[in-house]
Amino acid sequence: MLLDYSSGFHYLLALAPEVVLSVAGMVVLLAGVTGKREGGPGHELGWLSLAGLAAAAVANGWLYAGVAEDGATAMIAVDRFRLFANWIFLLGAAFAVVVSLDYVARQKLQAGEYYSLILFAVVGMMFMASARDLMIVFLGLELMSIGVYALAAFNRRDRRSAEAGLKYFLLGAFASGFLLFGIALVYGATGSTNIHDVAVAVQEGTAARGLLLPGVALLAAGFAFKVSAVPFHMWTPDVYQGAPTPVTAFMAASVKSAAFVAFLRVFLVGLGDVSSEWGPILWWLSAATMVAGNLIAVVQSNVKRMLAYSSIAHGGYLLVALVAGNDTAAGGLLFYLLVYTVMNVGAFAVLIVAGNQSERGSRIEDFGGFGWRNPVLGVFMTIFLLSLAGFPGTGGFMAKLFLLQGAVEARLWVLSVILVLTTVVSYWYYLRVAWYMWMKDAPEGTAPARLAVPIAAHAVLLIAAGLVLLTGVFPGAPLELAMGAVEGLVEVVAGR
Amino acid sequence: MTWILFILFSVVATGGAVGVVTGRNPVASLLFMVATLASVAGIYVLLEAHFLAAVQVIVYAGAIMVLFLFVIMLLNLGHDYQADVKYGLWFLLAFVVAGLTAGALTMGFSDAEATGFGDVAAGEAIDAAVLEKGAVGAIADPLFTDYVVAFELTGLLLLVAVVAAVALAKPRNRRGTDAG
Repeated sequence: MLLDYSSGFHYLLALAPEVVLSVAGMVVLLAGVTGKREGGPGHELGWLSLAGLAAAAVANGWLYAGVAEDGATAMIAVDRFRLFANWIFLLGAAFAVVVSLDYVARQKLQAGEYYSLILFAVVGMMFMASARDLMIVFLGLELMSIGVYALAAFNRRDRRSAEAGLKYFLLGAFASGFLLFGIALVYGATGSTNIHDVAVAVQEGTAARGLLLPGVALLAAGFAFKVSAVPFHMWTPDVYQGAPTPVTAFMAASVKSAAFVAFLRVFLVGLGDVSSEWGPILWWLSAATMVAGNLIAVVQSNVKRMLAYSSIAHGGYLLVALVAGNDTAAGGLLFYLLVYTVMNVGAFAVLIVAGNQSERGSRIEDFGGFGWRNPVLGVFMTIFLLSLAGFPGTGGFMAKLFLLQGAVEARLWVLSVILVLTTVVSYWYYLRVAWYMWMKDAPEGTAPARLAVPIAAHAVLLIAAGLVLLTGVFPGAPLELAMGAVEGLVEVVAGR
Repeated sequence: MTWILFILFSVVATGGAVGVVTGRNPVASLLFMVATLASVAGIYVLLEAHFLAAVQVIVYAGAIMVLFLFVIMLLNLGHDYQADVKYGLWFLLAFVVAGLTAGALTMGFSDAEATGFGDVAAGEAIDAAVLEKGAVGAIADPLFTDYVVAFELTGLLLLVAVVAAVALAKPRNRRGTDAG
């Protein structure tokens, strides 16, 4: 069907996934408040959230299957780029909810607020992906960020969780200020906050460059903070380490994906014609992020912190796609985000189970002999680590290959070489964990507890590992979806 | 006359903003902020945006700032602020960065004026809308048509902010757990 925004109802249809998920979030919140007082574990709220995520995914599929829009001028884009990105966010959130089930129960967190904040944060991400207006980008980003600030500080009996939340909140608010100032300057330069109108003004040269360029620089700084690119990464290790592990998984996978999706749409669609100005900035950001992220990850002795630096490094790889700016790279970015979400949440899920649903046991020594004690978990963790490292046969390898293809098409030789070399460096710290798991003994003087692995966590691990191997061996179908998703976007870029 | 008022309001607004960040007492900072917001309202009046000016005074300078003041007074937070940036080097760096930013923006605005920044077409469109729908209608009409998604999204944002604040700040229950 064709959407016509002169009818208010069609706005609701265009926003079907967001509306469904917002309602689900409110239902979960109310169910959490009206449930038994000195509450049970809150599992039912988790399953309710999962149902909400599934319903939103169905609504998303309905939009994907055959809803088109009349013109491309509304604040909300109904294009495949947005819808494909939505699926990535929903998948990441669903994994995060399932691995949270026993964590929330064991840590006695406030289940209703916890799950509803996750759902609302996903609504914010979906708005970021759908935004065709800088105003919506900002509002979506804030909706996501405020939810995640609270989630990072959610474990109130853990001082490090509070520190993580406060640190993230203060620095994140500061970065949002940069972003907002950048939006204001771009608006001043072009006379519009609509990304399409900005693109037209930039292309026709009516934009005042003296205002546009500081605006672009501030926008880049704001987004670079959200994707934790070096040198805007300082908050990442502390926040990722201090936040409850399921929240870290959610942040590392979905929050980063959402920031990249909005980054791509604003810069490639809206500001594509001044790419000669921001290209070099992003080039340096990307190179610095790949080098610094990987080198610092090498010396980490805590697996959770290592994964934080690894997520910084992956942000660097993804920035290469933005610098390349062609459709291969954009499709590759979406494919990478899908694979990255799956393998990253998988690795964190093993970390949660290995720590017996607590924050303990994330030092690398704790993984000594882990593989022999828990062969199933060990094999899963090894698969995720190999995929994060980009080993052939896993999704991580294929994803990096397509990023490289985009970079080579854009003739970014130096950046491609840095990508390959830093990937080789990353083998060291990923495989070190695998080496501890299979080649080392348990640390002296500790009796490793037997792990109780919830069935739901097993299901997540199985699905995630399956997806990682599937995208590694048969990347065709998801890649075609990703490439098809950027097709509409490319027309806008190529149309000028 | 307008120019004199504009300069007066801008000086008060900028001076107040500096006062907010340099004031050592939170209550003083807050009063500086009220001055800033009221001056911005004055600039709105000069731009003939009377409705915005009224809303600015009622909502920001009035309600929100008074709420801040209540919170600071009730929680007894009105102590003098201890500077956490103690080192001269950092101050120097801050001034350099602020100066560079100001320079870039000044150049930007002068460049923008050269390329026809602030053309009259937009202003005329606003005048026409105000004549047709009145000062309130000229804002309300786009707010609930073109910008309805942003408007509703702001509502959701406020809900999430409230939920997040309550979840982090509410007292623990009898068993000392957060659940329930």
